Amino acid sequence: MSRIKVELKKKDVDTIREICKSFNNLPGELINVLHKAQHTFGYLPAEVQEVVARELNVPVAKVYGVVTFYSFFSMIPKGKHPISVCTGTACYVRGAENVLAEFKKNLKIDVGETTSDGKFSISCLRCVGACGLAPVVMVGEKTYGRVSPEMVKDILKEYDE
Amino acid sequence: MEMVKLTIDNKQVEIPKGTTIYKAAKQVGIDIPVLCYMDLKDLNIEHKPGGCRICVVEVEGRRNLAPSCSTEVTEGMNVKTHSIRVLNARRTVLELLLSDHPKECLTCAKSGNCDLQNLAIMMGIREIHNEDIAEMSTYRMDTSPAIIRDLNKCIMCRRCETMCNDFQTVGALSAINRGFMSVVAPAFEMDLEDSVCTYCGQCVAVCPTGALTEVDHTRQLIRDLANPNKTVIVQTAPAVRVALGEMFDLPAGTLVTGKLVAALRRLGFKYVFDTDFSADLTIMEEGTELLERLTRHLSGDKTVKLPILTSCCPGWVNFFESQFIDMLEIPSTARSPQQMFGSIAKTYFADKIQVKRQDLVVVSIMPCLAKKYECTRDEFKVDGNPDVDYSISTRELGHLIKQANIDFHSLPDEEFDNPLGESTGAAVIFGATGGVIEAAVRTAYEIFTKKKLEKVDFLELRGMGGIREATLDFDGLPIRIGIAHGLGNARKLLEDIRSGKSNYHAIEIMACPGGCIGGGGQPLHHGNIEILKKRTAAIYREDANKPIRKSHENPYIIKLYEEFLGKPLGEKSHKLLHTHYVDKSKKIIYI
Repeated sequence: MSRIKVELKKKDVDTIREICKSFNNLPGELINVLHKAQHTFGYLPAEVQEVVARELNVPVAKVYGVVTFYSFFSMIPKGKHPISVCTGTACYVRGAENVLAEFKKNLKIDVGETTSDGKFSISCLRCVGACGLAPVVMVGEKTYGRVSPEMVKDILKEYDE
Repeated sequence: MEMVKLTIDNKQVEIPKGTTIYKAAKQVGIDIPVLCYMDLKDLNIEHKPGGCRICVVEVEGRRNLAPSCSTEVTEGMNVKTHSIRVLNARRTVLELLLSDHPKECLTCAKSGNCDLQNLAIMMGIREIHNEDIAEMSTYRMDTSPAIIRDLNKCIMCRRCETMCNDFQTVGALSAINRGFMSVVAPAFEMDLEDSVCTYCGQCVAVCPTGALTEVDHTRQLIRDLANPNKTVIVQTAPAVRVALGEMFDLPAGTLVTGKLVAALRRLGFKYVFDTDFSADLTIMEEGTELLERLTRHLSGDKTVKLPILTSCCPGWVNFFESQFIDMLEIPSTARSPQQMFGSIAKTYFADKIQVKRQDLVVVSIMPCLAKKYECTRDEFKVDGNPDVDYSISTRELGHLIKQANIDFHSLPDEEFDNPLGESTGAAVIFGATGGVIEAAVRTAYEIFTKKKLEKVDFLELRGMGGIREATLDFDGLPIRIGIAHGLGNARKLLEDIRSGKSNYHAIEIMACPGGCIGGGGQPLHHGNIEILKKRTAAIYREDANKPIRKSHENPYIIKLYEEFLGKPLGEKSHKLLHTHYVDKSKKIIYI
C-alpha cells in the first residue's frame, strides 16, 4: 500500500485521543474508533493509526491489519471530487463496468486511488437505491443517471476550475 | 467436573466438558493430523484458529465436517477421524494449500523439517489437481540481520502472530489484507528491521514451513575456514550442548559437550572455546555491579537504580530499547557473554597468539537468532571490525556437521581449548531460565558476606513458571529476586516495577520460553514443550558434574584479571566488557 507521510498537529493528536476516550480506550472498540477517526480525517494515514494503537494499547501492526482488512477503511485521502461508481447488480448489468473503465482510463488511476493533483478519486459502491437510473455514478453529492462511457469526459469537464 | 461420554473411531471416551475433539482423541491414542494448530502447554499458549481445516473429522448427524482442534465434545457424540469423507476432504484441503505453495522443497531451508511437507508425505500426495490453473500469491522477500521472511511459503497458520503478540507481546507481526492477498507482516508492511521486532526468533521456532527462517551464515563460515590467511576460532553457548544431539536423532536432553567440541575441531576451527568462559566473566562484572548498586542503596544513596536487570539476552535488550525506554538505566551495563568473549578474544587472546585483529575470525554457536543481530551492532565493533564476526545457530551447526560428513555419533569426547575454554557450573546454567541470577548469587553471596557458600544449588530460582520470585538470605539481609522468561512475562514484571508495585533487588529476564534452551535457533520442538524441560534438566546435570561451580573460582578468569583486565568494573573492563543502550522507540511512533 502506498504510503503518504503526514505530520499530525497537536490538535489532531488530541482529536484522536478524544475519539479513543469516547470508547473508553477499549481495544475491542478498535473498529469503531477507526470509523470515527476516518470520518474526522477523511482517511487513516499511518500516523493516525499509530496514535490509535498507542491509546488503545494494541500493536500498530494489528491496527494496520484491521485497516487493510476492511475495504471501508482507506489510507489514501479521497479526491476533492470523489467519484463513486455503483457496481450493484442493476448498474452492473447495464454496463457500469465499462463506465468505470472509462473513468480509470481518463484519470489514469485505479479504484481506491486519488489523482496526483488530489482532484479526483474513484471508488465503487453497491447500490444507491436508484436502480431505475442505472448505471449510476456519484461525484461528491451529485448523482448522474444512465451514464454511458461516452458521457464520462463531459462529467469530468464539469469540475474544471 | 462435568464429564462427557462420546465415541471416537469406535472407542469410548469419557472426558471433561469443554474439551476439544482433538484433545479427546489424543487421550485414547488417536493422533488427528493438524497444521495450523499449536499447543504449548506449559506456556499457556493454545493456538487453534481452526483456519487450515486439515484436522476435520466426521461427526454423526452433523451436516458438515468439524474442525477437531476447535470443536468441543458433546454428550453421545460419534466421531470418525478417518472415514473416506474425512480423508478426501483433508486431501482436497492440502492440495489447495499446495496449489499456492512454491514447489521448492529440494532447495528450501526447511526441507526435512517442514510440517507441510510432512503432511504431504503422510497423505501420499502424488499430484495436485488443477495446479496448472492455480494462481500463486507472491510477496516481496524481507531479509533482516537475523530473520528472513519468504511469505510465498506462508500458509497463514498465524502461529508466528500468536507468539509475537500473545506470548512475547512484541507486536511486530499481524495478518494484513484479506483473501488471497493476506500475509503476516509488520505495521505498514515495513521491513522487519524497521519494526519493533526483537529478533527473538520465536516466530521462526513455530513456523511450520520455510516462510520464516534464520539468515544462514554457514557458507561464509566454510569460506573463512578454507582461507589460509584467517585464524578462525569458535565459542559455543551453554544451551547448544543440550540440544545439538537432537539434530542427530539423540533423545532430547542428551549432553553432547565432548562431541560438540570434537565436531568443531574437525570442521577446522583453530581453537574451540566456550561462551561459558565469558559467562563466568559476565558474572564477575554483573555480580560486582549488583553488589556496588546494593551497597550504595544500603548506605542510603537515593540516586542508585534498583532492581538491576540482567543484560545477557539480546532479544530482551532489543525489547526494552524499543518498548521501555524510560527504564534504560536499570539494566546492567554488562555486555552479553557472546560479546564479552568477542572483545577478549580480539584483544587479550589475539595478542597472546600474535594474530592481527582483522585476521582473527570469531564465530559463535548460539541457540539464538537475536545474537546474529547483536554482533552487527556498532557498539561491538572496533574500526568497523566486529568483536564477533558472525553467529550461527544450533540448527545451522547441525546441518554443517552433516554437510562435512562427520559421523557425530562416533566422535570421541574432547575438551575445550584454553585459556578461553575453562568454565564453571555457574556458567553452564546461563542456558536455562533462572540460571544467570543463580550464578550471580553464588558469587555475590561470597563476596558480600565474605563467607563460603555451602549449598550452591538454589532450587527456589529454578522451574518453568513464567514469573518467579524468591527471597534469599545474604547473611541476615533479605535479597529479593525476580525471574521472567518470555517477553510477555517480562512486560508484566517491568510494569510492576514502573508502577512501584514490586521492589526487587535483581531481576533476570530471558526472551525465550525456558531461557536459551528454548531459543529461536534451537532444533525445532514442533510444539513439544517436554523437550524444553529435558534440555533444562541436562543443563543442571552438567552444572552438577563440574568440579568448580562458582564463577569467581574459575582459575582462567582469575588469571585474566591478573594479567589483563585489572579488576571488575575497572577501566579496561568498562571499555571492553560494558555497553550502553539506545532509545529505539522512534521506530514505533514518529509524530
